[in-house]
Amino acid sequence: MPSITTPTTLTKKALAILLATLTLLSAAPSADEKHISVFSPVAIYTLPVLDRGGHEYIGLLELLEPLGRVSSQSDGRRWKLRYNAIDAEFVAGKTRARIRGRDFDFMAPFLIENSRGLVPLSSLTGFLPRFLGSPVNFRESARRLFIGDVGIQISFQLDASNPPRLALNFSAPVNPAISTEPGRLRMVFKRDPVVSPGSQSISFDNKVITHASYSENNGDAELDVAANQSLMASFSNDRKTIMISTIMVPATPSGVGTGPQNPAQAPPAANMASSNVNVNVNAHRILAVVDPAHGGDERGAALTDTLAEKNVTLGFARLLRHELEIRGFAVALLRDGDSSLTLDQRAAAANVARAGIYISLHAVSQGSGARVYTALLPVEGTSEGIFHAWNAAQAPALPVSRIVSAAIVAEMQKRAFPVRASSASLRPLNNVFMPAVAVELAPGADGVADLISANYQQRAASAIADAVVSVRDRLGVQP
Amino acid sequence: MIPRHLLIGVAALLVLVVAMGIYLRHMRREAGELESPAADALPVAPPASGPTETVTLYVADDAAGMLRARSAQIPLPGGRQQRAEELLRALLRIYQQPGAAHPLAPAADIRSIYLVAPGAAVIDLNAAFADQHRSGILSEQLTVNSLVETLAVNVPGIQRVNILVEGKARDTLAGHADLSETFDVTTVEQAGSQ
Repeated sequence: MPSITTPTTLTKKALAILLATLTLLSAAPSADEKHISVFSPVAIYTLPVLDRGGHEYIGLLELLEPLGRVSSQSDGRRWKLRYNAIDAEFVAGKTRARIRGRDFDFMAPFLIENSRGLVPLSSLTGFLPRFLGSPVNFRESARRLFIGDVGIQISFQLDASNPPRLALNFSAPVNPAISTEPGRLRMVFKRDPVVSPGSQSISFDNKVITHASYSENNGDAELDVAANQSLMASFSNDRKTIMISTIMVPATPSGVGTGPQNPAQAPPAANMASSNVNVNVNAHRILAVVDPAHGGDERGAALTDTLAEKNVTLGFARLLRHELEIRGFAVALLRDGDSSLTLDQRAAAANVARAGIYISLHAVSQGSGARVYTALLPVEGTSEGIFHAWNAAQAPALPVSRIVSAAIVAEMQKRAFPVRASSASLRPLNNVFMPAVAVELAPGADGVADLISANYQQRAASAIADAVVSVRDRLGVQP
Repeated sequence: MIPRHLLIGVAALLVLVVAMGIYLRHMRREAGELESPAADALPVAPPASGPTETVTLYVADDAAGMLRARSAQIPLPGGRQQRAEELLRALLRIYQQPGAAHPLAPAADIRSIYLVAPGAAVIDLNAAFADQHRSGILSEQLTVNSLVETLAVNVPGIQRVNILVEGKARDTLAGHADLSETFDVTTVEQAGSQ
């Protein structure tokens, strides 16, 4: 019997589809989940914020747990909490609670969900000092809670020389997520208790770097610097200073190799005033960026009492440069002396140069042979449109990185190197967008002496170079 | 002739002196027993009594360059956070034994573990753990993987792990393994199975 579709069944179907869609939408994780950032001298953490009855709530136990000894007990509608030696009692659905023997009135009712006590965010400033014994500063619109004197101050210092540089000086080390787009550099402070510089907008008397703006939202602070040229940032002063400078694009690339010149196709070069990193490449050859790890004050592992990792990596890098150049690659060493570079500077130099491959070199005194690493990506930060989060910029290139790693392992095995591929949370592997590997050279049969043996390093460098040649077709410049 | 009451008084005093001596000796012995654990640089042992549980520890082996799953019977307290702390301390004791396949400093310890949000854990290491850790990609990464995997497999629901040192964020464990980011448990497990 044929089914008959009446207007009533159509309405029911439409309602069912609408309900299913709404259910799916509500079940999907929100890309911009509400959370609160808590900054205190003992811990910095974020907690999810829940919307209940038109108010924002937070789990009280979760809020206090990182700050001291806390325990809770649920008895029907009553919920008791003990923080250090302070007792408090709450009743579900009631706005009045008893904290430290005194009554306190919340702005919205206390809630219990799955034995979790939830308190309204709007009352944090009022009741938290009763537990903590000290005042708190809660910026409710931005959901940023400061406990104690933990705020990090910012000051701006513009060097108007040509090209101009802007120094952002912080009262304590910071670690923002930095992203760039033409004419704008954006710093998002998720774990740093950075506070407003006093004004939301700061203008500079400069034609290139024009102004900066500060904002706070959903637990984060954001600082944007605007310019009419592309900008890059580098850290110094133990991460207390962020130096912002323009990216220099040379009129003609200085050829590393001997191929024909084509300025129109030349990738831009990085010129970091603070680090003397210069990456100039020939447009017709694939650029390999070779990064001798560590350098300057940062010595790396102590391979012997007198031999530092930074010295072995530099010698090894020079050999690898030679091996790659004779195989037709343009090569840039990120340091060709005992200079100090931050991990961000290394990644920025490789990215700005639009290298075809990035190879980081390390050395270690334990084990034997070599290990080849690709990036172990962390939980990815916020990506916006075509811009990947800085901490996971490597994600699109990771499959090719693994192919390069496998090729290096195969070539080293041909030369009787004990070798194995693995993943490591090793910066700046996750910050570069081209295929990237790290090679850690370990001693051979003659022990640590092998690490400074030209013959041993030559064999390893030759194996890496042959491997890179074997995957040359996969090393296009990434978008 | 010495008066009788004087003899009784002296005898009573002698008995009192002997009794005080015995009591003093007893008190000194008790004080000695209390002081000895504080002088020990090794982490505090888990409660010796109470029910033990079978847990899986992911133990690093430097020579093999991998983690090995090992079952262990350890006493665990009731609280989820305390269980996590005791679990990792049991792991540390393996690394602190003479001839360990992945040696850690005797003073290395877990200060605390915070289960701060659904699915998120923060491991707070003491300074000795990081400052005295051997420098090298393999060694440092194995330590991180061992902590993360042991925690995740025995404390259900943990999906993300952060590692602090003395309550503060630190760039690397000992110059290589990045501690500034959040570790995704699934990614670490996949890396461990390579």
